Amino acid sequence: MDFSPNIVGFACQWCTYAGADLAGNLRCKYPPTIKLIRVPCSGRVEPEYVLEALSRGADGVFVGGCHFGDCHYKEGNYKTDRRMKMIKKIVQEFGYEPERFRWEWISGAEGKKFAEVMTEYTEELRKLGPNPVKEGGK
Amino acid sequence: MADKIKFAFLLAGGCAGCEMALVDLSENLLDALEHIEVVFWAPTVADVKYKDLEAMADKSIDLAFVDGMVRLSEHEHMVRVLRAKSKILVAFGACASLGGIPGMANIHTNDELFKQAYKDTFSTENPDGVYPQPQYFLDGKYDLTLPAFQDKVRTIQDLVEVDYYVGGCPPHHSFVAKAVEAIVTGNLPPKGSWLTSGKAVCDVCKRNPANEELERLPVETVKRTVDGMPEEKGCLLQHGFVCLGPITQGDCGASCLNVNMPCRGCGGPIPGIKDYGARAVSAIGSILGSEAATDSLLEKFPVLSKLVYRYSLPASRLKSNVR
Ligand code: SF4
Ligand code: SF4
Ligand code: SF4
Repeated sequence: MDFSPNIVGFACQWCTYAGADLAGNLRCKYPPTIKLIRVPCSGRVEPEYVLEALSRGADGVFVGGCHFGDCHYKEGNYKTDRRMKMIKKIVQEFGYEPERFRWEWISGAEGKKFAEVMTEYTEELRKLGPNPVKEGGK
Repeated sequence: MADKIKFAFLLAGGCAGCEMALVDLSENLLDALEHIEVVFWAPTVADVKYKDLEAMADKSIDLAFVDGMVRLSEHEHMVRVLRAKSKILVAFGACASLGGIPGMANIHTNDELFKQAYKDTFSTENPDGVYPQPQYFLDGKYDLTLPAFQDKVRTIQDLVEVDYYVGGCPPHHSFVAKAVEAIVTGNLPPKGSWLTSGKAVCDVCKRNPANEELERLPVETVKRTVDGMPEEKGCLLQHGFVCLGPITQGDCGASCLNVNMPCRGCGGPIPGIKDYGARAVSAIGSILGSEAATDSLLEKFPVLSKLVYRYSLPASRLKSNVR
């Protein structure tokens, strides 16, 4: 089956977004499956955005932020982590595979890690198949 | 004096508590009745049949309230008919506007629900395992068609356009008075709005730390109400009892907090929130002080959706996908 997942990504401008930039500069290869949205801080990613993306048919949602201790705003990523743990639980309780939602800490120096995570996540979602919302499910 | 306002009230999948809230207006309701003519109030109050409503001319009702959610084919049909007959349609109460308590069923399959309700409950005796069914042939001669149980609980706006929303389970009577007055005087906000003060429960809560100029501190220990009596004073959220006051409309005057119970969100979301439960997660996530506190919350509330979407699960942006 030739299914290419559509991933909506939110990346903190200080770390993961810079990491994605570096991946480009290093000419790392990764599949063109992610649509990356730059945000000031991963703590700015409202859980509402994640549900909105999934409800509109994104096959996966990714949130990237700085490693603990590195947040530009000191504790944004701690809040991200606490909220995202809860959202993952809810996504699962609503009957979706928990893998449809993922978050990672990727620094501005980790271009290679960004590419690896995207490759791996794409593969994982490809195995999972399309978001059930798109098959006329509700 | 202009003509009386033609008024209709439909109980869809609700408990009639919302209708009691309207009746609780007592004298205020009597004053309002001078301006109101009840043309339909079923199945609870007036002796009008569904076919009478079906026979009315389109847009002949000035104002219609619906309480309750949509679960049966009958609810769906009547909500659609009422919409066609009415100029203004108000989703009245938590069930109608957000899905309410019955909406929590959406993260279960119908099989699970039937098994619980018609088989496993200790007060049920059903050795043949008979479940409700929409078609039944009785005594070999009566062919009965009954309302069908649909796949999901839906809110009124999932089916038809809703003009106004009123929160609460049931709506608080002082607030219902305000809504009725707004409608009678024609002093209404833009369509699609909630008829509310727009204030959060925290705003009217006497436990609010801001009243004593105290800062909110991170919470380390999460408690359920069964874990012990909350203290008489101070913010419950601050004491570790998950309270949804920060994101809930406070037209109830913080009723639950006045009797030491945390807010569970029946008033509906304060303006600007698209998804109540997701915003609840956001608010709770901001106040939890550590990973351990988060883990203990997840442990204490094993079905998190039923905490954060207690009154609003069917209204979530993400529709449940339970098969
Ligand atoms: S909102 Fe509450 S009071 Fe109103 S019908 Fe639903 S359960 Fe009953
Ligand atoms: S969180 Fe609850 S207890 Fe605290 S101020 Fe708000 S409504 Fe009151
Ligand atoms: S405090 Fe919250 S749950 Fe209690 S009545 Fe008010 S809005 Fe409803």
